[in-house]
Formats: sequence, C-alpha cells, structure tokens
Amino acid sequence: MRDDDSNKKEKQDERSGVSRRDFLKISSISVAVPLVAGPKAVLAAGEQVPVHGPGAGAMQFTINGKKYKANLEPRVTLLDALRDEFDITGAKRVCDRAECGACTVLINNKPVYACSVLAIEAQGKQVTTVESLMQQGKLHPIQQAFVDNDASQCGFCTPGFVVACKAFLDKHPNPTAEDIRHGLSGNLCRCGTYHGIQQAIAQVAQKGA
Amino acid sequence: MRPFEYVSPTTKAQAVSLLASNWGQAEILAGGTDLLALMKDDVVAPKRLVNIKDIRDLTGVTYNAQGLRIGALTNLGDLADDANVRKNYPALSDALIEAASPQIRNMATLGGNLCQRPRCWFFRNGLGLLPKDETGKELVTDGDNRYHAILGNDGPAKFVSPSTIVPILIAYGAKIRVEGPKGKREVPLEKFYVIPKTETEREHDLQPNEIVTEVVLPASTGVKAAHYEVRQKQAFDWPLAVAAVALKMNGSNVQAARVVMGYVAPLPWPSPEAEQVLSGQSIDDDIAQKAADAAVKNAKPLSHNAYKVQLARVSVKRALLKAVSGGAA
Repeated sequence: MRDDDSNKKEKQDERSGVSRRDFLKISSISVAVPLVAGPKAVLAAGEQVPVHGPGAGAMQFTINGKKYKANLEPRVTLLDALRDEFDITGAKRVCDRAECGACTVLINNKPVYACSVLAIEAQGKQVTTVESLMQQGKLHPIQQAFVDNDASQCGFCTPGFVVACKAFLDKHPNPTAEDIRHGLSGNLCRCGTYHGIQQAIAQVAQKGA
Repeated sequence: MRPFEYVSPTTKAQAVSLLASNWGQAEILAGGTDLLALMKDDVVAPKRLVNIKDIRDLTGVTYNAQGLRIGALTNLGDLADDANVRKNYPALSDALIEAASPQIRNMATLGGNLCQRPRCWFFRNGLGLLPKDETGKELVTDGDNRYHAILGNDGPAKFVSPSTIVPILIAYGAKIRVEGPKGKREVPLEKFYVIPKTETEREHDLQPNEIVTEVVLPASTGVKAAHYEVRQKQAFDWPLAVAAVALKMNGSNVQAARVVMGYVAPLPWPSPEAEQVLSGQSIDDDIAQKAADAAVKNAKPLSHNAYKVQLARVSVKRALLKAVSGGAA
C-alpha cells in the first residue's frame, strides 16, 4: 500500500494543500496558524457524519497496553502502521492478502490478520502483538515450547504462529490433534515445521500454561 | 491501494445516504477481508468507504419459535459458536466452521460473506466478471477454466458463486433483508443472486446504495440437513464443489427436499431434479446416488473442468447420506 515511500511525506503534504517546505515556513513564523484542518463532515440523513481522508489525519492506538499516535491516511493497514510508524515489527508482511497468517495480531483478544484491518478501524481497541508475550526477559510458555520442539526454521512465520497459538490455546485449553490442525489452519509455514508446532502446542496444553 | 475517504455512519439511514447510486463510487466496509484485497489489487477503487461496523442494530443473533434472525454484521466465528445455531441449524454451524480460517472468521461478517465477489482468477486479475479479449472472444472458454462453472454457464458468465455457506442457508429456506433509499425489502436468498449479462451488472440483486441488514431462517423442526464440500486442501481453501441439503421428514420418508450446490455455477445452484427424485422416498445409498446423478444431469463442463461433475455428484450423495445418518435438526 505504500507504493512509494521515498516521496510519501511530500505527497501527503501536497494532498493537504500544504507542501512540506510551506509547512516549515508556516511553523517557523507563527504557531497560531492551524496546520491541519479539523475533520470534514458530510450531511447524511439529517446528521453530520465526519469524513476522514483521503489525506492523513490524526489517529490514536492502544498497542500492547501503550498509547501510540500517528498521522495516517485511511488506506494504511494496521500492519503497515505497526511496522512503519511504530517500529513494532513482530507481525510480518508476507502475502498481504489475508491468507498466510504471518501478520496475526490480537484485536480485543481475538486473532485477526493485521494486513486486512485498516489502522483507522483499530482505534479504540486493544491491539496485542507478539512483542507483548515475553515478560521480564522470560519467554512466554508458547515461545519456549517453540524453542523446545524445534518449531521454526527460517522463522518468518513464527511470530504470527505464536500469536495464533496463544489465541487458540486460550480458547481450546485441551485440544486434540485434529483441533490443533483445524484451529491453526490460518497460518502457513513454507519450511514445513507444522509437526514441531503441533508438538509445541501439545506441550503447552499438557502443562496447562 | 488508492486513496479514499472514510466515513463511519451510526445508523442504517446514514449509511444508505452515504452510498452512491452507481457502482464504483462507494463500497461498504464490514469485515474487509474481501474488499481490502480487491482494493490492493486495484480490481475495485472506490472513492469512499462506508464503514458500517458502528451501526448497532446490524449485529446479534436471535432465536424463537418462528426461526432465526441473524444481523448482517455478525461475524462468522460468533455465528458458528452460537448455541442456537449449533443446536437448531447444525449444518450451518458445520459450514461456518469449514469456511476460511479462524482469523478470517473473527473478521468476516455474514453480510460480507453473502456479497463477496467471485474468486475467478480472471476477475481477480482485473479482466472483469465476463472477461473477453480485444476481439470479443471469451477468455474463460479458451483459457484455464479448471475452477469455473459446470452448470448455468451457457451465457458469458463462467465464474462460480463464491460463498460456501449460501447453499446451506438457501436449503434451510433463508431470506435476506436489505435496506435502501426506497425502504426495506425482503428477498428469498436464492432470488438474491443473478447471472450478470453485461460487465456493468453485479452477480447479486443488491443496489449500489442498499445495505444487507439481516438474514432470517424459518424454524427447523423436523428438518434433517447437512453440508458437504470437497477441497484440494483439508483446511482453509476454496472448495471445488459444495452440496447442501435440507430434508423435511415425515417419519423416515422425505416430505420435501432442498438440494443446493455451490461452486458449480455463477449462482448457488438449487437442483429441482434431485429434489424430485427424493420426494416421498426413504433415503438409502441407491436413492442418494440417483438424486446425485439427477443433480448433475444437465452439467456442461468447460475444457478443463469435467472432473468437477463427479465432485459435485459425490458431494450431493454424501450430503444426503450425512443428513439422514446424523445431521439431525
């Protein structure tokens, strides 16, 4: 979605009618000039409905319990906001089409594909990424089980898998082998470490972690 | 993805007035699992997205003696887990659990599932629903059509209807309710789907400024139903054939049958031929086979998809046997 990162800032500013050079001039001469217009609105069925975009607007997020702010266009996905704006890079951008699971995060404790949620929709919700699992330098039991069971090779799918496994075990604490296969069908591993992942989940389920 | 403006109405009336009267201007954003992929691939490029997730009365599942009412915004995961659905419409629950991955079921809504665009790879590559080359020749006929229609394919539309849960909803007798500038209307779900004859038409009856508000199912007393699908992968894949059956029983005999196939035609494909074979019969292997043969009797496969005829036939047979052997409700 970020087709041309190098010109991104310049393009965004042009769309808002203020180039970056003008912006610097304005901000250097007066802080009283409104830099960003307030949200537009459109009349719908007798009521004003705010219009966001197509240019960037202020957004706020709660990610792993912390507040984050950014100026984003409505077309930015949650995944791109996490990675490009907040440097939270655990969730990976692989297929970008809701198929591979490498970008799995939790929204209000349910696993979803961050590539297929717009950032603007994730405002006001609890976003949880793989970064939150490790506590006080200690791996989460699921992460430890991945290590113990050799459940990753290249590791690119691993963060998404770990988050999906956590959500799965929270919902199915005593899964059968069939439950595991079905419950993790939304994540793909090109190295084929599925057997190790199944063993990792079985290990955590047995320990009741 | 091209830039767009984003609005979040809080009432159905607001949503309707924020949509446009022509396709292509505005799109409804619910779960977004299909729409955002289409936008990333530039197959659709709306100027406005109307997020309907802030409209409260579009959610919820309610059940009473008359039947089931499902708000269009209900996500597939919540619907699959709903106690009344599991108890009274277990074949729908089966179909939902098979549909997509856990992550998608947490995002995708029922309304979005009913309105998702076809998976046809010509369409997904921007060649249109009725793809033609510059001389007007149909691309699907001469191209790779292994996943295309085997029934209802005599017009320019060769794609297959993409929802895996619509066949069982139709078999259970579902109606869809929509709301637009002219008010509300209710349509039997099987009448909601149409075969487009020109590129400007869509594959359903929804107008560009209408929204799907709910789906209602009649009571399922005395009905045995089942959903069966064949896929290349065990999990999370688009099926090659789907069959859904709902049998109104009178003792051990079928009083009335609905047999609906999916992934075989540009529409969810009810089979009156199979239904006729089943009427008044007690279902055994032989009757199930005869009904299955009748269901695909009129199939006209394309150059690369004759194998789908057998898959559709087997799906119908297995759905029937599954319904009478344990798919009670």
